Amino acid sequence: MNAHADSFPVAALRRVGAVAVFLGQILARVPASLGKPSLLVAQVYNAGARSLIIVMMSGLFVGMVLGLQGFNLLQRFGSADQVGVAVALGLLKELGPVVTALLFAGRAGTSLTSEIGLMKATEQLTAMQMMAVDPVRHVVAPRFLGGFIAMPLLAAMFSIVGLYGGQLIAVAQMGVDSGAYWSNMQNAVALREVHEGIWKSVAFGLACSLVAVYEGYHAEPTAEGVGLATTRTVVVSSVLVLLIDFLLTAAFFTT
Amino acid sequence: MSDVKNSKSNGSPAQAGDAVIEVRDVRYGIGGRVIFDGLDITARRGRITAFMGPSGTGKTTLLRLITGQSRAERGSVQVFGREVAQMGRAELFALRRRMGMLFQNGALLTDLDVYENVAFPLRAHTKLPESLVRQLVLTKLHAVGLRGAARLMPAELSGGMARRVALARAIVMDPDILIYDEPFVGLDPISMGVICRLIKQMNEALGITSIVVSHDVHELAAIAHESFLLSGGKVVARGTPEQLNHSDVAEVRQFMGGLPDGPVPFHYPAPDYRKQLLEETA
Repeated sequence: MNAHADSFPVAALRRVGAVAVFLGQILARVPASLGKPSLLVAQVYNAGARSLIIVMMSGLFVGMVLGLQGFNLLQRFGSADQVGVAVALGLLKELGPVVTALLFAGRAGTSLTSEIGLMKATEQLTAMQMMAVDPVRHVVAPRFLGGFIAMPLLAAMFSIVGLYGGQLIAVAQMGVDSGAYWSNMQNAVALREVHEGIWKSVAFGLACSLVAVYEGYHAEPTAEGVGLATTRTVVVSSVLVLLIDFLLTAAFFTT
Repeated sequence: MSDVKNSKSNGSPAQAGDAVIEVRDVRYGIGGRVIFDGLDITARRGRITAFMGPSGTGKTTLLRLITGQSRAERGSVQVFGREVAQMGRAELFALRRRMGMLFQNGALLTDLDVYENVAFPLRAHTKLPESLVRQLVLTKLHAVGLRGAARLMPAELSGGMARRVALARAIVMDPDILIYDEPFVGLDPISMGVICRLIKQMNEALGITSIVVSHDVHELAAIAHESFLLSGGKVVARGTPEQLNHSDVAEVRQFMGGLPDGPVPFHYPAPDYRKQLLEETA
């Protein structure tokens, strides 16, 4: 049946099925990719280290905003000393993973999609197949793994820098006691809440990396096709991140 | 089909059992458009076989059928006596290890330098020690005259150099068949001459069966043992380029003479010119 004739739900289901099959193909090749650590390290560097500056800068500003907004709200109730808790919970549970994932989709995700798409457009993937080399194993799996590993590390960096950004505003500017900022945070934030952020960033890493490599590998091998695939990566990843965030938040809320 | 393969030839006459690639009665279409219908082609061991034809006749598509990237709707495509369409993934990859392919644009891996591009198939398929890999890579690069360019990146190469590197990569596993997809496109006369000479050398020195897809009649005339001219989904003529030059078949005369109009019309099918102009004015 022609996919273009499918109704939206059918087309969406078909696409989800295709992505799931592609994920299966990648996972089947993960052991082989792990056997070539140099390829993997290069991809963690590409997806992670090269996104570090933008993630850390964003973390700093988001932490500063949280510090300002938190102080403004809490001082109305005479609880300005609790601003560290507000900053920490906001970053660790929500903003750290979510904003990092959105930045990751825009920075590393688009890079992955366009790189793989251009490799396809310039027949590099076909050349690999003609050399009896599996491009999913050699190109896609290491990039997927690299993104999957890099994303939680970036989210952790975002949150850590954000905490210091909050401190910069709350302590240095607003006069909250430094000891109160950190000790209240230590008392109020449970390990379970840190885990919530970690699980979210792992899920976002999986989703963003999968979308990026899928779109790149299935891009039309033209300049326009690669451009469209790159756009789809940002749009689909962003929506997926927000959807998964809601689902995981609801799941953690009920447990 | 006009069979003009009856007089002189560039090489020794082929034996019946020599066929390495056999395409029989193939039908293939894309999106409702028939590309081949009743296509018959044979490429023989140790010879340079050229597939010629106007743009859009499916020359590259034919290569995709031979290499198992596409499957025919009907008919048979056999390589080394095995039906390509019936091969599983492992068998297809085993077949491709016996083939080398030179792509139109070289298709070098842009994140690897020249040396690593040529070493790529060796690293993927063998566990040779680094010293041996180095010797093989340098030998192949020397054969194409680019040993000194080993550490350049693909972006630093000219079109002709990129194709020579791709050729070195294609022969590094010592294939039985070398496939060249439009090897002369976009090259200056010097680079064209170099590629021509290399194709001939690979064939003569290594005994590799070569398939060349091109529409550069003069270059092919210098190297091909046998040429197939494709048009309208079929082989309309076969023979040496010289023999094709003397053919009476209209398609062959138009192609070999570079005539702008003929069986392949200058104008894309359109409504009557006068009528269309008047309609649009009204």
